[in-house]
Amino acid sequence: MKTRWGKMGFCFAMAAALTAGSLPVLAEETAQGSVLNIYCWNEEFKSRITDHYPGYEEVDATTGKIGDVTVKWNITPNDDNAYQNNLDTNLLAQADAAADDKIDIFLVEADYALKYVDSEYTMAVADLGITDEDLVNQYQYTKDVVTDSDGVLKGLSWQGCPGVLFYNREAAKEVLGTDDPTGVQAYVKDWETFNETAAKLKEAGYTITSSVNDTYRVYSNNVTSKWVEDGKINIDDNIMQWVEDSKALVDAGETGTHELWSDDWSSGFYPEGKVFCYFGPAWLVNFSMAADTEGSIGNQGGWGATEGPQGFFWGGTWICAAAGTDNTELVKDIMLTMTTNEEVMKEIVVDDDDFVNNKPVMEEMAADESYSSEILGGQNPLGIYCAGVENLDLSNLSAYDQGCNEEFQNAMKNYFEGNATLDEALNLFYTAVVEKYPELTY
Amino acid sequence: MKKGRRRVSGYNKWGYIFLIPFILAYVIFQFIPLVSTIYYSFFENYMSGLTQVGPTFVGLENYAKLFQSGDIWIYAKNTLVLWIMCFIPQILLSLLLGAWFSDTRLNLRGSRFFKTVIYLPNLIMASAFAMLFFTLFSDGGPINSLLMQIGFIDTPYKFLSNTGSARGLIAFMNCLMWFGNTTILLMAGMMGIDTSLFEAAQVDGATSTQVFFKITLPLLRPILIYVIITSLIGGLQLFDVPQILTNGTGDPMRSTMTLVMFLNRHLYSKNYGMAGALSVVMFIITGMLSLAVFKVTGNDKRKG
Amino acid sequence: MKKRNANGLKKGAGIRTRRLIAYVALTVISFFCLFWFYILFINATRSNGELQSGFTLLPSTHAWDNWNNLVHGTLPIWRGMFNSLFIAAMSAVLSVYFSTMTAYAIHAYHFRLKKYIYPFILMIMMIPTQVTALGFVRLVSAMKLEDSFIPLIATTIAAPVTFFYMKQYMESTLPASLIEAARIDGSGEFCTFNRIVIPLMKPAIAVQAIFTFVSSWNNYFIPALVLHDNNKKTLPILIAQLRAADWLKFDMGQVYMMIAFSILPVIVVYLILSKQIVQGVAAGSVKE
Repeated sequence: MKTRWGKMGFCFAMAAALTAGSLPVLAEETAQGSVLNIYCWNEEFKSRITDHYPGYEEVDATTGKIGDVTVKWNITPNDDNAYQNNLDTNLLAQADAAADDKIDIFLVEADYALKYVDSEYTMAVADLGITDEDLVNQYQYTKDVVTDSDGVLKGLSWQGCPGVLFYNREAAKEVLGTDDPTGVQAYVKDWETFNETAAKLKEAGYTITSSVNDTYRVYSNNVTSKWVEDGKINIDDNIMQWVEDSKALVDAGETGTHELWSDDWSSGFYPEGKVFCYFGPAWLVNFSMAADTEGSIGNQGGWGATEGPQGFFWGGTWICAAAGTDNTELVKDIMLTMTTNEEVMKEIVVDDDDFVNNKPVMEEMAADESYSSEILGGQNPLGIYCAGVENLDLSNLSAYDQGCNEEFQNAMKNYFEGNATLDEALNLFYTAVVEKYPELTY
Repeated sequence: MKKGRRRVSGYNKWGYIFLIPFILAYVIFQFIPLVSTIYYSFFENYMSGLTQVGPTFVGLENYAKLFQSGDIWIYAKNTLVLWIMCFIPQILLSLLLGAWFSDTRLNLRGSRFFKTVIYLPNLIMASAFAMLFFTLFSDGGPINSLLMQIGFIDTPYKFLSNTGSARGLIAFMNCLMWFGNTTILLMAGMMGIDTSLFEAAQVDGATSTQVFFKITLPLLRPILIYVIITSLIGGLQLFDVPQILTNGTGDPMRSTMTLVMFLNRHLYSKNYGMAGALSVVMFIITGMLSLAVFKVTGNDKRKG
Repeated sequence: MKKRNANGLKKGAGIRTRRLIAYVALTVISFFCLFWFYILFINATRSNGELQSGFTLLPSTHAWDNWNNLVHGTLPIWRGMFNSLFIAAMSAVLSVYFSTMTAYAIHAYHFRLKKYIYPFILMIMMIPTQVTALGFVRLVSAMKLEDSFIPLIATTIAAPVTFFYMKQYMESTLPASLIEAARIDGSGEFCTFNRIVIPLMKPAIAVQAIFTFVSSWNNYFIPALVLHDNNKKTLPILIAQLRAADWLKFDMGQVYMMIAFSILPVIVVYLILSKQIVQGVAAGSVKE
């Protein structure tokens, strides 16, 4: 493995057409540009690069230097779809843009990754000279998300965001008589059991989840068909299962219909909220569930982690190379260093508490007896995370997922709350999706 | 007309000169997009992901699609209902406040404070405002706890999940954000009114109500027309408050979806064909209504 | 005389009730106007975790932490404030000046195209701005004006709504005789506009300046699509960016602090300009 200093030298020498045998022929032939444009919506990747990419020097908030190459960060917030609007405009103008204005790298999230990946505007990672060999340690699902319809891999991620079920230990002891992960797992091992447990919890004054939207991701990550098949909108059985189960839970008062991140949703981060469990990845429990606030369940180490009914993931950022980039070598190196270099991966785990996209690194930590999470009452949850993500099959993603998932949850909310019949809600969903994607039928 | 003849026509070239900067900026930044909006309403023209579909000339197909489903009437009705709920109270409140502030006999103390305060909510960004509303009206929020404490309800009331209360909240927030604007517009108009008129009326023993209706309102007529027309247009284009409060869904079951929110949905796919057609329809409706207001109020005939 | 006194007495009693009603109503209204500022500032003193736990009327102790995190974060908030101030101030000045000028051209002169131009300008108000927004951004990028303030400021020169107000205001307050008098005194047309018309329009100018300033200050959508360099961004974009922060940095306390921070200058500007409007009915103003 290359050392830090070795890498730095590598970067500096790049402009002078390095002769290293590891570089593909293609890269050697192309003249490399002097400006690297990176499009993103927040500062996460920038801080990862600043902290972990050897040779990156920060010039100011939106510029940096790697060797002779100037790195320009084009940060547009997500609100009102501004990030995608901006990215689309510039990608479409990519062919005519001056060399220094061409997008080199852009970031995407899972929900809309395929919109970009399944287009000619994104480069296959193989074309950069990255081999399957390089990526052997990455979790399969992170590759599924950015694989186009022809099976070509077009992006990489440094994060793994496998999700688990976080249960309220107090509630588990009170109602289920155990707060041991394996004990609790027996009560939530599949959806049928999960829903039976919900009734028990209800008697004790708990709702099983805070909102129907908590479980949506779990169901929708385990579908067996795509949202759109041959231009026709298709609702998978597992999604309809979510509707059926959720309606029953809502009607029985065993869960709510709150939006994620709303005050009502997060009330269960505190004991008074009387919520049994949340579904989420490591970052949720570590950073978003008020663990640093006095009186919260997390603060008292009151959460436990178990696999839950089905595996799922939540979040993550993928790095894509824009077609037409004039910095192929640097892009390749950034992608490899940030997503495969074990040393960098470990640094990210330690410095940023991220769950990284590298099986050996995570498995090593999962086996580490000394590692434990205070928020989870001393449990080492990494093994559970690793187990859940292993079986995740995301081959049924489509370019329409963002719109379909959003509109489906929005429409069904009306059904759950009794403002519409199931048919009316489904019609609303179809109408809404066709507004967003006029090319679809139902 | 009389005035015109008195003037030396040479002055009138200044009319053109003074128009230059405005017209220039207007043509570049607004007229061109306007024309292209109308133009594209006759085309199939949207993005499927990153692929451009069209533009293909389809004649009136977009218009036909718009009216076929019949949904446009629902959104038009929503817009009308919300307009009545938002703007009628707002204009009445503004007129009432305007009357109070201008009423010399009422002679309110601290009126400067009140006049300043009423516009303040407009300074808060709508999105920040909405964040506060969500907190206040959430199931576990203070409004619900209050209502439950006084025994008005037993279980939390979902304000944004019921048509009546969702519309009510939208109207309330909209009114709160904008009534200060209307009031300030009226107040500025009142400053132009000669105070001696009020004094004379008072000496003649006119009641406050009489002064308001017989002196203030007629003199304020041009400004009132402005307020009515801009409220009319603003009402038809009602967008940001319901958009933010319902997260763009127009829930429950699209009962709070206005015409422009509907239009905005077509912009997700950059569907300039459908959005353009809807704009043109709205443009025609607004134009006709505005014309009606001008005619009724007789704006063209100035009393010299 | 007697009759008038009697009348006065009767009304005197009515007035007290009316005054009471007015005070009560105004107090309620003021409460509804100021309450939001109170919660905003209270929320700015709370930590992210505390904010998640819901609403409270009591301030917390994290104001200084939030402020420190914000100032020492990566977002150039002072620069953002400068950008916001610059864009909003320039917009307000240009918009009001040129709209008044345009209104004056329509109001005071008689020329052949006038009856076409007036309705023509009003037409644009009737097109929802949402439609033209993305076309506008395409235009900006075609003109290579991304990361520039020009497209944000120059557009405000043509503000039909402001123009329309100015036009209506002139109708009620600007007598033709005044312009005539200026001409007889030998004042040039441009000079008359700047020296006589503008001062007369002060309340209207103040009103529209406030409106333009505030809407520019709070504008997010178009600037977000035009400005990408952090040093060029305005406060609403930085706020949106703060809200889009990754989980490691996400902090609603900072968001509220930033909102509070971005509201203060606009309050100050408003208070200064509003003097022109709220001073009370100007004595013996402009009438001949």
